[in-house]
Amino acid sequence: MRVSRTELWTGRTFLLALMVITILPFISIFITALHPSGTVPRGLEWPTNPQWGNFVEAFNVAKMPKLLMSSTFIVIAVVPISLVISTMAGFAIGLLKIPGSRVLLALFVFGLTLPFSGIIIPIYFLERAMGIYNTRLAIVLPLIALYMPFAVFWMRAHFVNMPAEISEAARVDGATTWDLFWSIHVPLARAPIASLGILMSIWTWNQFLLALVLVEDPTQRTMAGALGAYQGHYATDIPLLCAGTILILIPTLVVFILFQRQIITALLQGSVKG
Amino acid sequence: MTTNHRHATPSRFRWIFQHWNIQRNTIIGWLFALPALIIYTLFVLQPLVLTVQYSFYKWNGVGPKTWVGLNNYITIFQDPDLIGTIINAFLLVVWFSFIPVGLGLIVASVMHRVATGKFGAVARTVLFLPQVIALVAAGIIWGWLLSLPGLINQVLKAIGLGTITRAWLGDFDWALPAVGLIGIWVLLGFCIVLLSTGITKIDPALYESARIDGASWLREFVTITIPLLRYEVGVCLTVTVIAALAAFDIVYVSTAGGPGNSTAVPGIQIYILAFTQRAIGLASALAVMLMILVIIVILPIQWLNRENKV
Repeated sequence: MRVSRTELWTGRTFLLALMVITILPFISIFITALHPSGTVPRGLEWPTNPQWGNFVEAFNVAKMPKLLMSSTFIVIAVVPISLVISTMAGFAIGLLKIPGSRVLLALFVFGLTLPFSGIIIPIYFLERAMGIYNTRLAIVLPLIALYMPFAVFWMRAHFVNMPAEISEAARVDGATTWDLFWSIHVPLARAPIASLGILMSIWTWNQFLLALVLVEDPTQRTMAGALGAYQGHYATDIPLLCAGTILILIPTLVVFILFQRQIITALLQGSVKG
Repeated sequence: MTTNHRHATPSRFRWIFQHWNIQRNTIIGWLFALPALIIYTLFVLQPLVLTVQYSFYKWNGVGPKTWVGLNNYITIFQDPDLIGTIINAFLLVVWFSFIPVGLGLIVASVMHRVATGKFGAVARTVLFLPQVIALVAAGIIWGWLLSLPGLINQVLKAIGLGTITRAWLGDFDWALPAVGLIGIWVLLGFCIVLLSTGITKIDPALYESARIDGASWLREFVTITIPLLRYEVGVCLTVTVIAALAAFDIVYVSTAGGPGNSTAVPGIQIYILAFTQRAIGLASALAVMLMILVIIVILPIQWLNRENKV
């Protein structure tokens, strides 16, 4: 390393400053959340009498247990189904190379850059007609469908690189297509499936537009959707709004700190492949 | 006749059997793809076709639809508020995309020179944090920071710039840059981490020989880092440009498109037109334009990037 001492320290100071700027917003809302409810605190002023009770109040007002349950339910409904069907489709396109697989792949890839807001209007009317509007299913079904382009593309990228010898050897041993899929290729695909699962869980937890348009009841929404509704009600009470925002952020932050390596890797790979 | 038949039968059986076997494999293969295809068709392709269809009608969502041809599209081009959302989307690209990618390149290369060890790892995790939280939360947090009593104005006062303080998100001239700032906060870390992963893949010998020659940071940056990171830059551009053009969450919670229409982007306008003003046809036409716009902007980037991939 031939980097001069001055450069080393200017560079590190610069990075440190950038880290502080990134973190400061979180610190600011945390301190704000400790001020008395209904007041308008200033910037980074530590309150004379920290109101830890704000978190309890926000917890009750926001109906946190219900929100957590609702969000968890949506994630549990969306992610495993998406993983299974996209892995199967990726297997059919990338490994079995079924007739028409190129067209099929093109059809899915076409949806990769599709903004959700582009097709939200007909989804609203379709769900009204189907009678699932304002239920959790209203978020779950379109979300699975909207993940398909990315998920199928991702799984196909894995299967297309698997050496043909593995499948041929299994075929000689008399394996059916299902055996080939379930006993041989799914175990080998554990890593990309896990990354995809992490990605879709975060995206689902943070999904806002579908929740906003398709579900009126905040307790039937995703976490982000519920936060939007909470903001609507408490826009004027800054300390409570901040307390609620922090509570809603905590699950994400905990998961990020625990799985940071996997999450960062998954998000990076996701963008490089997609 | 009889002998002929005897000879033909086994081969014909085999032919039928093999043919049937191929057919069977095709059917089984398609069964694997079918669940994904069905739900994708129902909830993505069908709505896509319907959006295009709605865009040719005047409809309030309940009453009868009236065919108006291309009138909704003409309205969008003639109404400054509506075409303005597309202009705003492009302005957001500068904030959400060009600045994070440019700054990301600089930070990633600085990191590569001065923070290769544990400090670098911690820095990457910290800087990445905003990418993981919900955009709605980012919007709420910054909505408070950029408000009149918020942190930004406190800092400005503290450094003697008290005269320029204002409610940034409520100011006609400053609301869009303020929303852009939120985008930078969210997307910068992502770009830094992606680009610095890219730098680690560059042959260290290149940097080593540059450093033996006593190359400055700037020289290293211009002659090695930028040219060899073209592919990663392309990826960053794709992700951030889509984030800008399709922006919704951050804008919805921080400004809802205001003041006036100064921060209205297509996503917000589609929502307002469809779900508060009940102008389904017009909203759908804007939605179609947004989808085409994203494809027109992203395709060249992807196309160029295919050639950069090593």
